[in-house]
Amino acid sequence: MSVSSTAAALHVRGLRKSYKDVVAVDGIDLDVHTGECFGLLGPNGAGKTTTIEICEGLTATDEGVVEVLGMRWASQARELRQRLGIQLQETQLSEKITVLETVELFRSFFKQGPAPAQAIALVQLEEKRDARVGALSGGQKQRLALACALIGDPELLFLDEPTTGLDPQARRQLWDLIEQFKRDGRTIVLTTHYMDEAEQLCERVAIMDHGKVIASGTPRELIASIGVEHVVEFSTASPVDLSPLRHVNGIRDVRLADTAVRMQVTELHLALPALIEELGRQRVPLTELRTHSATLEDVFVALTGRHLRDV
Amino acid sequence: MRHALMQLTLLRLREFTREPEALFWGFGFPILLAIGLGVAFRNQPPQILRIAAVTPTLTEALAREPLLEVRELGQQAADDALRTGVVLLVAVPGPEDSVIYRYDDTNPEARTARMIADRAVQVAAGRSDPVRSQDDVARDVGSRYIDFLVPGLVGMGIMGNAIWGLGFSIVDARRRKLMKRIVATPMPRHYYLLSFLMWRMLLLLVEVGVPVGFGVLVFGVPVRGAVLHLTAICVLGSLAFSALGLLIASRARTIEAVSGIMNLVMMPMWILSGVFFSAQRFPDAVQPFIKVLPLTALVDALRANMLRGVGLSDLGAQIVPLVICLVLCFSLALRVFRWR
Repeated sequence: MSVSSTAAALHVRGLRKSYKDVVAVDGIDLDVHTGECFGLLGPNGAGKTTTIEICEGLTATDEGVVEVLGMRWASQARELRQRLGIQLQETQLSEKITVLETVELFRSFFKQGPAPAQAIALVQLEEKRDARVGALSGGQKQRLALACALIGDPELLFLDEPTTGLDPQARRQLWDLIEQFKRDGRTIVLTTHYMDEAEQLCERVAIMDHGKVIASGTPRELIASIGVEHVVEFSTASPVDLSPLRHVNGIRDVRLADTAVRMQVTELHLALPALIEELGRQRVPLTELRTHSATLEDVFVALTGRHLRDV
Repeated sequence: MRHALMQLTLLRLREFTREPEALFWGFGFPILLAIGLGVAFRNQPPQILRIAAVTPTLTEALAREPLLEVRELGQQAADDALRTGVVLLVAVPGPEDSVIYRYDDTNPEARTARMIADRAVQVAAGRSDPVRSQDDVARDVGSRYIDFLVPGLVGMGIMGNAIWGLGFSIVDARRRKLMKRIVATPMPRHYYLLSFLMWRMLLLLVEVGVPVGFGVLVFGVPVRGAVLHLTAICVLGSLAFSALGLLIASRARTIEAVSGIMNLVMMPMWILSGVFFSAQRFPDAVQPFIKVLPLTALVDALRANMLRGVGLSDLGAQIVPLVICLVLCFSLALRVFRWR
């Protein structure tokens, strides 16, 4: 990587924040490079929103250093606000005013940026230009929120759970928009509890749990770090003795979860025939078999023993 | 077109005008109230008081008085009529040519009937008054109940619209996190608060113009003071109550919480500040407290201007409490305001 592309868009050291007796953020460090899309991945309550809102200058920190675009909130807040685009979790814009009126309102706060109609076109809401916000679907509201985040032509975009609560089609549409922003050369920091979203959009991710960063790197690196390439899950019609499977070459970990068995596998071509052979020997019929390449979800499971959605 | 303060003010106006309920409570309600009360308390011709007498002599003596309507009834029937409020007074002959009046002395009308009846009886018996008297009846515009009521309603409207308007909009924006989102832009925060004041000032034209215009056109309510001074009083009142509304809404996170505080603040003023009847009726001990209530100050100033034509320079006692309310509430609200 060249020097310019590694200049820090966001630099965080030793960040701590407590609410009364709850520690929301417990000493985290982050570095986001200019031009990359960085994901904060973790279950609800991991401290993602607190972290991103401290970076956005909306929440005061108890301890730690936050530098955004090389500036500090304490001394350069006004300039910073001009250069950031922010989308908050669960903001309800005023329902009585139209899409265009909303974007015009936000445009009036910034010195520079695209024309309101242009920003609306960017998020593909032209047809809804004169519709009231209250009449929009969840996905359309979220795209309007993106238009408001983009209206100041920001260098750095903060997106807090941009697709939570959306149906798959609306999520896909939003992902396309975010990919577009990346191509425009904007730096993006997003939080999500969808591992597929992080894998799809982010060059690098930090996995958060209980206010700490428990792993960070590119999705590939993180998946490689658990030493498992594939996951095999199967169910059988009657109970099966799992102990012979534990000694098969290429099978790393065998766990019974509810009625299904979950195996972490390094070499699929060795593990699968061995599984079929063993079930045949025990005369246990196979009712379900699934394999997938390891994902960030598996990384989270390997690190915490829990699923992202469990929490 | 792109100025932030103008856009924020437009937002306020749009949110307001696109909410039919808000329009009704802001403009329709005061008019309906003025019509209702104006009809109920319209001036009627001098009232004829109904009384009863139990002998023909008494009946004849009392019937000469035009302000009385006398019925001759039996003793029993007369007592029943008194008890059921059909008549205010019963005249009964007493021992040695005297007359006994039976009536309820806590009822002012009955006391009036007692005086008029006694005068009629005395005159019929040959009394002559040492001083001659003459009536000069005054039913001037400005002394009717509707003249008293309209400035009161205008003052109450200014208070209600400012406090409800700011209270609900601010807490709603906070609850939806819209405020937090707007604060996350480079918008200067004082613009946000200023936009509420601009909105109030724009609506003030209609808020005051409609009930005053209605009162002048329909009931002939006078506006004797300078219109410029009247405008200044309304602007000051609206600013003072907006500041109070801002303070009320400065911390609350839910509509329920802010409604409770708003009612708590406004209730004493609705009752004590002399909107519907003169605040003089309350005991002297509480008068100093009533005088410093901002609504009392505003309503008194409006009445002084509209009914008596008093200029601003003679309204110090009303202007000072309003200015204090404005400065105190606004600076306190800025200090404690919750921006998220």
